[in-house]
Amino acid sequence: MQPTADRVLVVMPAFNEEASVSDVIAEVRAKAPSCDVLVIDDGSRDATTARAMGAGALVVTLPFNLGVGGAMRTGYRYAREHGYRAAIQVDSDGQHDPGSIPALLAELDDGADLVLGARFAGEGEYRVRGPRAWAMRVLAAILSRSARTRLTDTTSGFRAAGPRAIALFADHYPAEYLGDTIEALVIASRRKLVIRQVPVAMRPRAGGTPSHNFAKSALYLGRAGIALVFAYLRPRSAYEEATA
Amino acid sequence: MNLTSYIFGIVSAVLVLIVVVDLLRRKRLRERHAIWWLAAGTIALVLAVFPAVLDWFAGLLGITIPVNLIFFGSIAILFFVALQASSELTKLEDQTRTLAERIALLTLEVDRLTARDRRDPPDVDAA
Repeated sequence: MQPTADRVLVVMPAFNEEASVSDVIAEVRAKAPSCDVLVIDDGSRDATTARAMGAGALVVTLPFNLGVGGAMRTGYRYAREHGYRAAIQVDSDGQHDPGSIPALLAELDDGADLVLGARFAGEGEYRVRGPRAWAMRVLAAILSRSARTRLTDTTSGFRAAGPRAIALFADHYPAEYLGDTIEALVIASRRKLVIRQVPVAMRPRAGGTPSHNFAKSALYLGRAGIALVFAYLRPRSAYEEATA
Repeated sequence: MNLTSYIFGIVSAVLVLIVVVDLLRRKRLRERHAIWWLAAGTIALVLAVFPAVLDWFAGLLGITIPVNLIFFGSIAILFFVALQASSELTKLEDQTRTLAERIALLTLEVDRLTARDRRDPPDVDAA
């Protein structure tokens, strides 16, 4: 086994994903065999933990549901404690294609601290239309400015973090809804991390459909806006590395 | 105002103070949460004993009907108590979240070490 300093951790937050989690783990192990797989069972009430262990992943079981933000912070803490050089978030519902992991890693090796897998940058079939698409475009425009790079898909959960991003997120990954994607980007850009995006193919979700309902989209934009405004308003000291 | 309502006011204010002080004494309420309630009880007692203070202060602020000052003061205190409680709740949620993460990570570590010891029992005599 290689020392962890050269190794990559795939972090999979999972909440009631017993149906898909073992297939996704198997696919990650097949397409990115050198990575360690850590599943964060976010307080599931089904057999997610057992299925993930059965598929050969490391499993951290949270005592109750913390949301994606809490699950991911746990993953970043694990990565920091064990000295991984990269942590890659992959959803356990099979929406992210593990085949894109090498592309994300290549961008990290090229000097980026945080790499987003962007869903609409050319590859794949995944499309969002209507008000939700406009909301995402507005977010992308604002976040592109503070990240000093062109981002088209700021709410993508498919992302890779290098050592600087891992150290930052282990202490400051936000728990609020939408905070995990939007606010995390603001935190990273305010701490001057290098953010890039690479196009990834995205498969449609296994279960459930993204909403195109107008009221829901308005609510989504509202909450995203609030998350964004407060992320910028927060004092700089809120994002400093913990001294402990 | 007749004697009954005068006494009623004083008794109410004293009752509030007794409850708050008793909770403090038995450590059921921490000091920093109690300040607002102590302040409210004290002000209520002063106003109950010397109603003229209310009229004088209302006049000072240009409030025509003195009782409105009571309403304003009461709402302001309740507002701050609720705000402080929300802020404390946020802090507690944050601490709970951190503890949950810590426990989950430690559990994984303990399980791993236990499994290793079972495969490869540590040499107890060496210790």
